[in-house]
Amino acid sequence: MYHKTKSYKVFSIFNYTLLAVLSLVCLIPLIHILAVSFSGKAPANANLVGLLPVQFTIDAYSQTLANENFLRSLWVSFVRTGLGTLISMIVVICAAYPLSKENSNFKRKKVYTWFFVFTMLFNGGLIPFYILIQKLNMMNTLWVLILPGAVSVWNMILLLNFFKNVPKELEEAAFIDGAGYLRTLVSVYLPVSMPAIATISLFAMVGHWNSWFDGLIFMTDHKNYPLATFLQTIIVQQDFSKVSVRPEDLESISQRTVKAAQIFIGMAPILFVYPFLQRFFVKGIVIGAVKE
Amino acid sequence: MKHSSTQAVEKTASVPSLPGSGKSGKWRRTIVLDLLLLPAVILTLVFAYIPMSGLVIAFQDFKPWLGFAKSSWIGLEHFEYLFSTKENMQVIWNTLIIAGMKVVGGLIAPLVFALLLNEVRKAAFKRTVQTFVYLPHFLSWVILGGILIDMLSTKGLINQFLVAVFHIEPIFFLGEGNWFRFVVVVSDIWKEFGFGAIIFLASLAGINPSLYEAAEVDGANRWQQTWSITLPSLIPIMIVVGTLSLGNILNAGFDQIFNLYNALVFDKGDIIDTFVYRVGIVDGKFGFSAAVGLFKSVVGFVLIVAAYRAAYKFANYRIF
Repeated sequence: MYHKTKSYKVFSIFNYTLLAVLSLVCLIPLIHILAVSFSGKAPANANLVGLLPVQFTIDAYSQTLANENFLRSLWVSFVRTGLGTLISMIVVICAAYPLSKENSNFKRKKVYTWFFVFTMLFNGGLIPFYILIQKLNMMNTLWVLILPGAVSVWNMILLLNFFKNVPKELEEAAFIDGAGYLRTLVSVYLPVSMPAIATISLFAMVGHWNSWFDGLIFMTDHKNYPLATFLQTIIVQQDFSKVSVRPEDLESISQRTVKAAQIFIGMAPILFVYPFLQRFFVKGIVIGAVKE
Repeated sequence: MKHSSTQAVEKTASVPSLPGSGKSGKWRRTIVLDLLLLPAVILTLVFAYIPMSGLVIAFQDFKPWLGFAKSSWIGLEHFEYLFSTKENMQVIWNTLIIAGMKVVGGLIAPLVFALLLNEVRKAAFKRTVQTFVYLPHFLSWVILGGILIDMLSTKGLINQFLVAVFHIEPIFFLGEGNWFRFVVVVSDIWKEFGFGAIIFLASLAGINPSLYEAAEVDGANRWQQTWSITLPSLIPIMIVVGTLSLGNILNAGFDQIFNLYNALVFDKGDIIDTFVYRVGIVDGKFGFSAAVGLFKSVVGFVLIVAAYRAAYKFANYRIF
């Protein structure tokens, strides 16, 4: 009924316009940086580029991809993301399964749950953590980027809530057929939980790809920088001392178009997984957040 | 007399537990579960609990070459120093101001956005809008910082636009303290409003449609329906989101500020986390820096526990 009133129609026009503007506001910065990355050096430095490239060229990309520091960081990021996601998923799946059991079947569950949840509430902070990594001789190793964050309590909670919703009959049937817990996890829970596992893997991947601070403080040798840390030093801190050795490199990486190209390559994998991510994450988040 | 295996099957049917289980048998079966938890337990012990014990250095004049055992104890000296100098108090104050503004903006913006999006009838339009506004959430502050520093420079896209439309002098967004705070709060809202709206959209979808039908029969227009049905239905989830974000009032956003600030705006932009990094890792004052971190952790812990309790009391919300 109200759909037909005049004031609702006026509101609708206003509403659609506003939402369209909001969407553009989220998109324009990305389009702008893309346009700069494909523009000629001169118009980019003179700030003449808006949302479309001026004097279209792919020079910035060929220069970026010829920079061996950049490529090495890209490789560190790939390895870190692949291995880190795999290890984190194994640890999180193995932990979420026991924690999804009923209290009556697994009495120690409560103790374990609090053991993990407490780390969400209280932590030692940066300095003791930094000293620990030094003492463990983990500086400049790949493991420092992978192991400390492997137990994501948040992902564990999402997954255990999903496991809880797996019909009990499936598990009982497996038990009667003689399967143990381990076999049940692998043959029953994992196959039916693929959507949840995909969501959480994507979260873990995005987390690893975006992570930069651990690289900055634990890698004293810039050769071990993951891409996000490399971009942080070059583009945000504008500190070329740690990364470049040759003067001609220095000139090229301080160019605006090259920076734009690096930023774009830095977010390209996220843009690539985003469509897959989006299909799942709404469900994933709501599972953990809203209880009927 | 019942056969023992029948008994076991019956038991399985009522309480899902394992067949053939006496007390010791059950323990033997569930030990598998402990083994599955072992990797997570070890990693958490090493990387979360051991650092907690390292917090003792907050009460020490810690010298790395002497270690925890030999460094001298100085009691609360670091904490006294933290609260006695004006510069240090300014850091705490900055944290509270920036985080406070983020809490307010971070509650209102997603709520308003969710309400507006809920009025959209065209599914394709709705999906497109959602796709675009969720995206910034997944990009890191390194990427967004790089883009914003470029766009917010005095010759950047945003100043070009403002100068052309409003004929004003270019604004030095990232070089002037008050503008810096404004940028931090607005860009945080910009990054998260879409994603934050998901939880409100889920609640909106859960409202019973018959309430709206009844209201229409009574002649209520859309505004009246929003005021009397939609908003009251959202109050519990608003309380949850609000109280939980209050628990984070000392987290003003390390990643964001670290990637946007510079020496020009330290006075108004330095927050506890960036301060801990600069004083601790850069200047090497481990003890004092750990004390600042401990202060933050303890206050944060108290606030989060209080917030969870409040959320449970007022909105019946529990994580587990």
